[in-house]
Amino acid sequence: MKLRTSHYITLAFLVVFTYFYRKDGLVATSVLYTAIQFALPLALAAMVGVMCERTGVVNIGIEGTMLFSAFTAFFAGAIMKDTVQGMFVGVFTGAMMGLLLALMAVSWKMNQIIAGVIINILAAGITSFYYRQNYSIPATLHPIDLPVVGAWPILGPVLSFHGPITYFGILFILALWFALYKTSWGLRSRAVGEQPASADTAGVSVTRLRYMNVTIAGAVGGLAGSYLALEAVGIFERGFTAGKGFTALAIMIFGRWNPLGALAAALFFGLTQAVTNQLMIDEVVEIPPQFITMLPYILTILVLAISAGKVRPPAAEGIAYEKEKS
Amino acid sequence: MNTLLEIEGVSKRFGAVIANENISLTVKGGEILALLGENGAGKSTLVKAVFGLVRPDSGTIKIDGIVMESSDTAAAIARGVGMVHQHFQLVPVMSVTENLILGDEPKRFGVLNIKRARAEVLSLSEKYGLEVDPDAIIEDLPVGMAQRVEILKALRRDVKLLILDEPTAVLTPQETDELLEVLRNLAKRGVGILFITHKLREVMAVADRIAVLRDGKLMGTTTPKESSESKLAQMMVGREVVLRVEKGPGKPKEVLLAVRNLKVIDDRKLEAVRDLSLEVHAGEILGIAGVEGNGQRELVEAICSMRPRSSGEVMVKGQVIPNLSPRAAHLAGVSHIPEDREKHGLVTSYSIADNLVLNRFDQAPFANGWIRNLEKVANNGEALVEKFDIRAPNASLSADSLSGGNKQKVVVARELSQQLDVVVASQPTRGIDVGSIEFIHNQLISARDAGAAVLLVSAELDEILSLADRIAVISNGKIVATFGSKEADRNTIGRLMAGLAS
Repeated sequence: MKLRTSHYITLAFLVVFTYFYRKDGLVATSVLYTAIQFALPLALAAMVGVMCERTGVVNIGIEGTMLFSAFTAFFAGAIMKDTVQGMFVGVFTGAMMGLLLALMAVSWKMNQIIAGVIINILAAGITSFYYRQNYSIPATLHPIDLPVVGAWPILGPVLSFHGPITYFGILFILALWFALYKTSWGLRSRAVGEQPASADTAGVSVTRLRYMNVTIAGAVGGLAGSYLALEAVGIFERGFTAGKGFTALAIMIFGRWNPLGALAAALFFGLTQAVTNQLMIDEVVEIPPQFITMLPYILTILVLAISAGKVRPPAAEGIAYEKEKS
Repeated sequence: MNTLLEIEGVSKRFGAVIANENISLTVKGGEILALLGENGAGKSTLVKAVFGLVRPDSGTIKIDGIVMESSDTAAAIARGVGMVHQHFQLVPVMSVTENLILGDEPKRFGVLNIKRARAEVLSLSEKYGLEVDPDAIIEDLPVGMAQRVEILKALRRDVKLLILDEPTAVLTPQETDELLEVLRNLAKRGVGILFITHKLREVMAVADRIAVLRDGKLMGTTTPKESSESKLAQMMVGREVVLRVEKGPGKPKEVLLAVRNLKVIDDRKLEAVRDLSLEVHAGEILGIAGVEGNGQRELVEAICSMRPRSSGEVMVKGQVIPNLSPRAAHLAGVSHIPEDREKHGLVTSYSIADNLVLNRFDQAPFANGWIRNLEKVANNGEALVEKFDIRAPNASLSADSLSGGNKQKVVVARELSQQLDVVVASQPTRGIDVGSIEFIHNQLISARDAGAAVLLVSAELDEILSLADRIAVISNGKIVATFGSKEADRNTIGRLMAGLAS
């Protein structure tokens, strides 16, 4: 099933490429390039979900984490006049948001959905209250011209010249997949997400692992927020993340809580958006822009409807672990 | 041998419930100590305290002479304590190997060495003669096999003290014998074993010493030689227990439950009940004997309309029960004591009183049209708690707070406190204590004497032999033989159960 999904996605990329290539090779490569750009924040945000839910903590605060991190990353970058420092501030902010979620969900055993909502409301409130116009960062993060790969025909312009967060993000996703399935950290994390009591009786600290993973996941969400503000567009607006954090949850489910699956799903979402953009630029179709902004949500509903009932989430997700039970 | 475990004056309470009160015990290396007690007597709490899953309110626990400071599982494991839990602590979606290495994985720079782990599992299973498939996924394994994994998990940590919390509750008689053999071998290797159970036969067979708990207190320690099953039962329950069921002869009358040419498909889409017919008369108990997994579950679920019948029919008092309507079956007069009380018998987060009216909450007197009459529900709850001896401070507590035996009593109370026509009881005494078993057996017999047709399905042949007026043996989805209770013979039935022609 997983294999088939990835086949469909590859096929979608080929179809799109061929369609545009018949008219203009440059447009074809740029559509795919843009698809990666759209996909990356979604993929990273989905990793936040994967890391949290695999250890049994539901995180619907990804949206807020990204929004708040984008905010701090942008204004720190603007005030310090250093985009790279801004990025680190963004990542740190994300980690703190993760820590807050862990505190509420793991230590206080709050309802995890409500904990996530709190994070979203907190982020939306603070970022719009302290938002100021007329700030700007010195420059967006520098794109990297990949050696060798950059010179390849067709693939070169698609894969090369992305920003540092993009490359780091993709490496991180691959590393996360490896870690989740091939390391003792991954085995323990998955066990904690499936059956925390088993992990506990085997001497694995459920609390510590959940704290650790949720906090690291927060940092990844911070990176996704920084990407939006510092690498993709170089600005910050109120409500800047526009539901990407929620879309990411759908992507995580579509990818079956597997980092690679979620990456593939994110690429599919990114592709859809890139194609729609291009069709609008070409004026092939005339769609009111409102409908374009609806697209991720419609796709999210479709994807969730299709995968509903067929996927199996980690068994212990959303349930606080109670050690003492008579 | 040296003293491995010393429990000194341990007390623990959960809210108003005293689980342990000033308990002192010791276990030596190479010794099997059986901890005996009814459900809710505090056995599980005590061993969980030893294993660091529960923090005692007072008292000390010493392992190898060193005081265990806090509730810390990792420290207990490091001291050589291993525990086989009543509810398996295995991750269902993971493989045997992954489960065995969890928490102490062979690795290099954090990267798992699965090859070495697999080899380790194989050599471990060979060393102790416990065969397992290292690549099997836990949720696909039968219970006895999963328990083996659980035991191996403990053995892998070089245990000095192995705690087993009611290990035989879920096992077939053969699996139980195998387990007892394994325990004897481990004890010979010098492992101290703390074995929790409420099955007297096992205690007499395997224990070196026996400690009996009742209501959280230690009633005393003894040995199999100095004691007997009836003495132990008395210590456990605090009064004399009749281990044999006393009942008069049945007086069968008209047929109340008739099953004709029934065929049922199981979860794996295989035919589990194959063209089965049976009749149960008013005033008799028909016992279905058989090895588990021979279609009993599907038969019961089809009679209660919980599972679709692919052909054939079920009639109660001559009236055909529609397919897939448990409610219609209930209204036609079928009382059902389900095999899995937690899943099909109770809503554990509801109060005891609500659970006692689950199947009639919307009927008078418990409801007035759409409005529930909570006072009647509460009164009914208190009355049944009293009448069916459900050990709970009051009926407004959640069913979750009850022990297994008392949960089962709630189900029995609900099902048997209504108009009785047909009673379908599936494994009614599985995993519960002697006192509750005796009580439930008597309830089934009085249901029979009140004129109900009782269908009793049980994996325990002894239960069938002592309760049933007629015995039908099920094998491979068919009734292969029927006996009157007088002509029934253990060996013949055993052979038929195993699928051998007599």
